[in-house]
Parts: sequence; structure tokens; C-alpha cells
Amino acid sequence: MSILSVKNLSKSFGKLEVLNDISFNVEKGEVISIIGPSGSGKSTLLRCINQFEKIDSGECEICGITMTKNDENGKAVYADNKTLHDIRLKIGLVFQNFNLFPHMSVLKNITEAPVHVLKQDKAQAEKTAMELLGKMGLADKANEYPCNLSGGQQQRVSIARALALSPELLFFDEPTSALDPELTGEILKVIKSLAEEKMTMVIVTHEMQFASEISDRVIFMDGGYVIENGTPDDVFNNSQNERTRQFLERYHS
Amino acid sequence: MTGEQIMKVTGILLENLIPTLKIFGFTLLFSIPLGLVVAALKMCRFKPISWLTNLYILIMRGTPLMLQIIVVYYALPFLKTATKGTGGFMENLLSGVDPAAESFMFTMVIIAFVLNYAAYFAEIFRGGIESIPKGQYEAAAALGMTKAQTFFRIILPQVIKRIVPASSNEVITLVKDTSLANVVAYSEIMLAAKQQMMNYSSLVPLFIAGVFYFVMATVLTALFGFIEKKLNYYR
Ligand SMILES: Nc1ncnc2c1ncn2[C@@H]1O[C@H](COP(=O)(O)OP(=O)(O)OP(=O)(O)O)[C@@H](O)[C@H]1O
Ligand SMILES: [Mg+2]
Repeated sequence: MSILSVKNLSKSFGKLEVLNDISFNVEKGEVISIIGPSGSGKSTLLRCINQFEKIDSGECEICGITMTKNDENGKAVYADNKTLHDIRLKIGLVFQNFNLFPHMSVLKNITEAPVHVLKQDKAQAEKTAMELLGKMGLADKANEYPCNLSGGQQQRVSIARALALSPELLFFDEPTSALDPELTGEILKVIKSLAEEKMTMVIVTHEMQFASEISDRVIFMDGGYVIENGTPDDVFNNSQNERTRQFLERYHS
Repeated sequence: MTGEQIMKVTGILLENLIPTLKIFGFTLLFSIPLGLVVAALKMCRFKPISWLTNLYILIMRGTPLMLQIIVVYYALPFLKTATKGTGGFMENLLSGVDPAAESFMFTMVIIAFVLNYAAYFAEIFRGGIESIPKGQYEAAAALGMTKAQTFFRIILPQVIKRIVPASSNEVITLVKDTSLANVVAYSEIMLAAKQQMMNYSSLVPLFIAGVFYFVMATVLTALFGFIEKKLNYYR
């Protein structure tokens, strides 16, 4: 069973067709990078799977639970709210701009959802949060507020926050794009260590070197289409596709 | 004026501090929650409701509070006169209206103040709510929080911090605006000061009243300064 299965997903904003007939699967423990030029629909794809945008048509299944199905007219029909909520908790999301809660301490940012959504015991949630912070190398920052942390530290907190709900699948949308270049390394290191623990991850990134090192598969998107879906070697070194090669050439300077 | 007279006037004004504080307190008590409701209505996606709310806010902010107090105060007495002798439901309903009664005056003054201040607070709240980045809602949603949890645990605390400076202006203005209640002869500091001024043919009672307002405004300024500082634990 795939953790995520997307079939023939299409999405437009008004007349603008942003995603066309997207299909791909993510298996348990896989790390998938999504690359592609700006405006190719990478973020929109993530936002559709995370229910921030409504899909026009297509079938989405997460951990075997159906999120959308097509009706007889080929229009996407969503599952009921309870199911959608359950699906949401199976997916962790790490944003480009961290989106930490500024009025809460680092620890509270991480325990908020376990305590108030999963109704976990507070002491238990804090113990888990401290372990996660330890893994992120931020144990000493538990009582700081996000504004006192560097961008890289904030992003590590937001990864811990997502992990605190023990998701089956972790999405990253350009997790290093808002960071100073010298801070991207620490985030990439964290993602790498998660990959070693066989965390299932889908990462939208412009870090080609990183994508090729860490990914089991790379998806190249352009103009709302999946152009390539293969091993890093297939996509980066042996692509037969003109658009892929043109895109990659810009990163080889 | 002699020292003794000044003491006496101060005592009279001090007694009238209570109605002034009552207007102040009750206005805040009702206009803040009502302001939240009005802000929600203005942000309503059903456009006619949003427009109507906006019209209400425009009128409240575009006309003098003094005029609004007079309108609210005289509305029922005039209606009572108009329905006299009709023997209808309205006449019955309005039979208890006594414009000279202290309680009627107070109620009408509070209604006018609350309607007016709710409009101002609504705009402050709306501005505060709209200033919270979309990412905060999305982060909360991604963590499975409900709409209510998102609003009360994530959005509102941040809104409060952002609206403290603007709210403090409103609250300090309100202290001084309470003096407008004297237009319908509701006795509070301003009305009492005017009476004493006539009584003694002296401006000293007005000066004492001024000191009262000044002290209240200064205390509030300090209080809000303290609150702002307390909320400064994050940016
Ligand atoms: N809410 C929206 N309303 C209308 N158009 C949108 C909206 N969100 C995205 N778009 C459009 O959809 C297209 C795809 O945008 P998207 O953000 O998914 O691209 P992307 O691949 O993530 O790009 P980038 O690498 O710059 O992040 C763009 O043309 C964008 O302008
Ligand atoms: Mg994007």
C-alpha cells in the first residue's frame, strides 16, 4: 500500500490551469524531491494534497484513506470532514516561512497540537517535545520565543512541531529558501537524518545537489505537468527530455 | 474662591465621579464584545451583511457622538408622544418611559456610547485580525486544529497584542467623552462642574474637573504602557 497515491489530479485557478493530470505514488520510507521552474505548480500540488486548495478532479489516497474520488462527471468529490481531519493528521507540513506561533515558546509551539488536538497528556507531550528538540540540537531553546531564534533554528522547531504529531508522511515546501545560505546546511542535515530513519518525505526544493543525494526518486514538473519521475541518476544525468536538460543546465554553472 | 469652597466643590465633583466611572465602565463592558461581533459581521462573506455593517460604522464614525446621544435619548419620549391615545401596543410599551428618570437617562446614554464605541472597536479589531498572516491559519490547520481553536488559541492572542496601542487611544478618549453625557442633563463630573461654575461665578470648578479627567487619563496611559510592556515578551 502506498502512503500517498495521486491519480490524474487537475487544478486550475479560474482560467489558469496550474496542475494537469498529475499522477504519482509515494511508498513507505521513500524520499521524493519535486523540482521544477518557478510557477510550475509545485507548491500548488502540495497545497492540494494538504487541503489548502480544492482539487478540480483526480483521486487522492493517503495511507489507504480516500481524500478525493471522481464522480461520474470526472469532478473531484471530497471525503467527509471527519475523514479529512484524520488525513490531515497523517501528513506533517513544513513551510518555507516556518509559520511558528510567535506568542508561544518553542516548547509550547511543539506541544500545542499534541495536547489540544490529540488530547495527549501535557507531561507526555512535553517529554516527546524535549526529545524532538534534542534531536534537532535545540534542547536549550525550549523556553525561548521564536523571535529570538535564527531562521535555521526556527525551521528546525517547525520540523519538530510537525513530527510531534507522528505523521506518516512529511511534506516540505522549499524548507531552505527563506534562509541565509550559511543556514541551509543545518536544515539539510536534519532532513538527511530523518531520511536515515526511513521517514517518508516529499520535498519541494531548488537544492539540486541535495535532491540528488538524498532522494529515492525525483519528480520534475514544468507548466503544471509531471515531466519526469525517476531515480536521481535518471533525471539528473540521463534525461532524454529537452525541458529537463534545459532546466538542469541553469543549475550546473 | 476660598479654600473651604474649593474643598466643597471638590467633594461634589468627587461624588459625580461615580456616574462618570459608571458610563466609562459600562461602555467598555458592552462595546468591546459588541465590537468583536461587528468586526465579524463586517468580514462576513455574505456581502449585504458586510455592507450594512459598514454603513453602521460609517454613520457612527461620521457623526458627532453628542448628536447620537441626543437622538437616542429623545427617540423614545418622542415616540411616546406620537403614539399617545392610540391605545395600541406601542403606547402600552412606552408608558413606562420617563425622560427625567435617572435610570432612563443612564440607559440611553450607555446605549449611545456603546453603539458609538463598538464601531470604533470593530475597526480596530478588524484591522488586527486582518494583519495576522495567512500562514498562521495554515500552520494551525496543518496541525489539525479546529476553527475555534485556531481563533482563540492562535489568532486572538496575537490580535490583542497588536491592538493594544490603538485601543488605549480609544479608552483614553472615552474617559474624556463621558463628559458629553451632560447634554441630556445626566449628572456626572462635567454637569456638576458647570453648575458649580455658575454657582460661584468662577472657573475654578472647571479647573478641578480638568484635573479629575487628567488624572484618570494619566492613570490609564500608565496602565496601558504597563500592558504593552507585559506583551512585549515576543515580537
Ligand atoms: N491562489 C492562487 N490564485 C491564483 N493563481 C495562483 C494561486 N496560487 C498559485 N497561483 C499560480 O499558479 C501557478 C503555480 O504556482 P505555484 O506557487 O504552485 O508554483 P511553484 O512551482 O511553487 O513556484 P515557486 O518555485 O516559485 O515556488 C503560478 O502561475 C501562480 O501564479
Ligand atoms: Mg512554491
